[in-house]
Amino acid sequence: MSKALQGGGQPVEEQGGTRRDFLYLTAGAMGAIGTAAVVWPFIDSLNPAQDAVALASVEVDLSPVEVNQAITVMWRGKPIFIRHRDRAEIEAAEAADNDSMPDPEPDRQRIVQPPPNTPVAAATPDSDFLVVVGVCTHLGCIPLGQKPGQPRGDYGGWFCPCHGSHYDTSGRIRKGPAPKNLAVPPYNYLEEKQILIG
Amino acid sequence: MASNGTAPGSKLVKWIDHRLPIFTFMRHETHEYPTPRNLSYWWNFGSLAGIVLVIMIATGLVLAMQYAPHKDLAFDSVERIMRDVNGGWLLRYIHMNGASFFFIVVYIHIFRGLYYGSYKPPREILWLLGVLILLLMMGTAFMGYVLPWGQMSLWGATVITNLFSAIPLVGESIVEWLWGGFSVDNPTLNRFFVFHFLLPFVIVAVVFLHLWALHRFGSNNPLGIDAKGPQDKIPFHPYYTVKDAFGLGVFLIVFAAVVSFAPNFMGHPDNYIPANPLVTPPHIVPEWYFLPFYAMLRAVDFDIAIPFTGIVIIEAKLGGVLVMFGSIALLALLPWLDRSPVRSGRFRPVFKWFFWVFALDCVILGYCGSQPAEGGWIVAAQIATLWYFLHFLAILPLLSILERPKPLPASIGEPVLKGGGTLAGAAAKPMEKA
Amino acid sequence: MRALSPLRGLLMAAGLSALATGAFTTGALAAEQPGLEHYPSLDWHFEGIFGTYERASLQRGFQVYNEVCAACHGLDLLAYRNLEAIGFSPEEVKAIAAGHRVEDGPDDAGDMFERPATPADRFRSPFANAKQAAAANGGAAPPDLSLVAKRTEYGPDYTYALLTGYEETPPYAWSQENSLLPGQYFNKYRGAISMAPPLTEDLIEYSDGTGATVHQMAYDVSNFLMWAAEPHMEERKQTGIKAILFLLVFTVILYAVKRKIWAKLH
Repeated sequence: MSKALQGGGQPVEEQGGTRRDFLYLTAGAMGAIGTAAVVWPFIDSLNPAQDAVALASVEVDLSPVEVNQAITVMWRGKPIFIRHRDRAEIEAAEAADNDSMPDPEPDRQRIVQPPPNTPVAAATPDSDFLVVVGVCTHLGCIPLGQKPGQPRGDYGGWFCPCHGSHYDTSGRIRKGPAPKNLAVPPYNYLEEKQILIG
Repeated sequence: MASNGTAPGSKLVKWIDHRLPIFTFMRHETHEYPTPRNLSYWWNFGSLAGIVLVIMIATGLVLAMQYAPHKDLAFDSVERIMRDVNGGWLLRYIHMNGASFFFIVVYIHIFRGLYYGSYKPPREILWLLGVLILLLMMGTAFMGYVLPWGQMSLWGATVITNLFSAIPLVGESIVEWLWGGFSVDNPTLNRFFVFHFLLPFVIVAVVFLHLWALHRFGSNNPLGIDAKGPQDKIPFHPYYTVKDAFGLGVFLIVFAAVVSFAPNFMGHPDNYIPANPLVTPPHIVPEWYFLPFYAMLRAVDFDIAIPFTGIVIIEAKLGGVLVMFGSIALLALLPWLDRSPVRSGRFRPVFKWFFWVFALDCVILGYCGSQPAEGGWIVAAQIATLWYFLHFLAILPLLSILERPKPLPASIGEPVLKGGGTLAGAAAKPMEKA
Repeated sequence: MRALSPLRGLLMAAGLSALATGAFTTGALAAEQPGLEHYPSLDWHFEGIFGTYERASLQRGFQVYNEVCAACHGLDLLAYRNLEAIGFSPEEVKAIAAGHRVEDGPDDAGDMFERPATPADRFRSPFANAKQAAAANGGAAPPDLSLVAKRTEYGPDYTYALLTGYEETPPYAWSQENSLLPGQYFNKYRGAISMAPPLTEDLIEYSDGTGATVHQMAYDVSNFLMWAAEPHMEERKQTGIKAILFLLVFTVILYAVKRKIWAKLH
């Protein structure tokens, strides 16, 4: 320990200085890296756990849903509204397509179609399934209109009782304080009447 | 770092410091804090214990966010942490083994204090606060072990809470009050979780008092003599911060090795069986750090009666409880039992031997505690328990009077100057005589 | 390191006592009855700090569990999705899950119903609850196997020993002090046991063509159950190796820094 200091002179001190700085910097850098590596598992443990991730996508069988029927399924803790629309509802939605809506979006863009090569796509031209997240975009209430007899608002879709937002048959906001249309979750068709949400 | 007057931002620092002198305080208590220059590596374990406490609180906090304190959910929620929570297995194994390492570190810290007389004037309150921390740690560790709600959790809790039934007259009522029912059940689990969460913060508070008392007179040192002047002392930073950092590195290597390669080594396999109130494990043992106390508890297997009358004064159960708590009470009384004016065992030729016998006695007690309470193990535990009490109540007071200590060096710095060697040489020198 | 002084012995004593208690608190259960053999100690591929699970053995072990053990033993802590970790593809896992029916509900009418399992579902339990399990098995409920590899000190050696230790007649020394109750069998490691010998030669047909000897099936399923009890073991060991290498370098550097700083004192 003391040997290095036997010289005691200034040059030795200086030479040692650069090596010392290097040591200090390395130690400091490693300390910072180590701390960051230790902190990460703590932060990551707050992310959704694997059992929650496993439920992040759900398969829904649409075959029992008749025309004009609606079902609600849970996805990531939120209700998903699935409505089997008839021709009239689709036409009403398409006819309303226009840019003056609060959140303009054509009806066709809000529907994921079955892959065109499946026979279903052609077989059921008179109906389609609308899949939206059933959470009002205003302040997060659940709109009415899924069950028979519930108010469906002025535009025949859904009505949010909290602050009076009216959604149309495409789930688009038409009247009331909500700023956005009901969100369309990511989903696609696995089979002709089988969808995977998420 | 922030207290460095030339650093950028020092204006802000000065502004704050003028109104709340926290930077001055930090600088004074960590940077300038004068510390004996001859502290050995045994003095690392205090700061190490503080760091383990922080590790335990940090992991405990995130574990508590995933844990469900209900008897039907607790076991599965711990297993969910082990399986599904991101990095949950790591956090849980760190917390689980951290408890054991906390006790290893603290026990070494205590034995260091015992050897070098760190409990002697003027540090009695410092020592008492340390005993209080030990008690709080024991309570916290015991209740934490109940939380996974495995077989050992349930039956360990049952056995230990039943100790209180030994209290005359009100014992049974107290036990029911502790349980919140008629057995260790859901209410017990709930309150244990609450206290397991709360007590570590109480420990933090007492640790601050412990530090406050420490900084009043500064650290003891391997020579056990007071500093004669500034030449005997060095600022805590950077000398002891870097030494503590190096010690921490060594500690973390050992800790990481156990967590990674043998995480269940110090645990009990029975705790991977969900709690079952109908089946008692064949052999209930507490965690290893309680084994010496457990041995003393079981050593009293006889009633204490008035001779020739058969009138029982103290039943065996109560006797065991009194002995167990008495063993910790003796630690608290230590500053008044050992009156020798010489602190360091290095200059106490007889005390030194008894110290090692005492350490061995504790290991023997621990081993007895791990064995079934039958036959020779009870006798061994009784002898070892007797020795434990003799050490405090007879040997130490007698040594205070009878022992002739070796001459003390004139100052901490003296051996350095005389020997012309290094600091480490100063620490090693008296040892060569040992 | 010269400064590591007179209390060195104490540290060692503390370490030794920790070792000793760790080793002995759990001991003394094996071979308490006369005439029993000690549990065998197999060489497992996952042992040691670099140990990993044999994927092929785990998959075969799952097959053994699924076709033999699952009739009586649950694996409640596992979900079908976990099987992807032992090398099954997502499609295979989906097919395995769909082969089991789990209870769900209540439906709109308030009734519980059964549906095919999905990968997110936990393994289906063979019995609704412990009482039913006991009633269906002559009073001895078959334990859940999720943690069987961790709940004895023998680890997977325990299940291997149970599965391979059956013998027709107990040895004389054992029979002197013990006897089999009706419905019990003799196992040379455990003594009396309520589980009938579950494995026979070629009981199942391994999908990878491995010969299904009793040894092979016991080995594979013990491997599988070890994984089931400690699914993150490989990650744990690899994380540990990296952390320790980092800490070794860091600590050496800290030691050098310490020496540099302390050199100023002289």
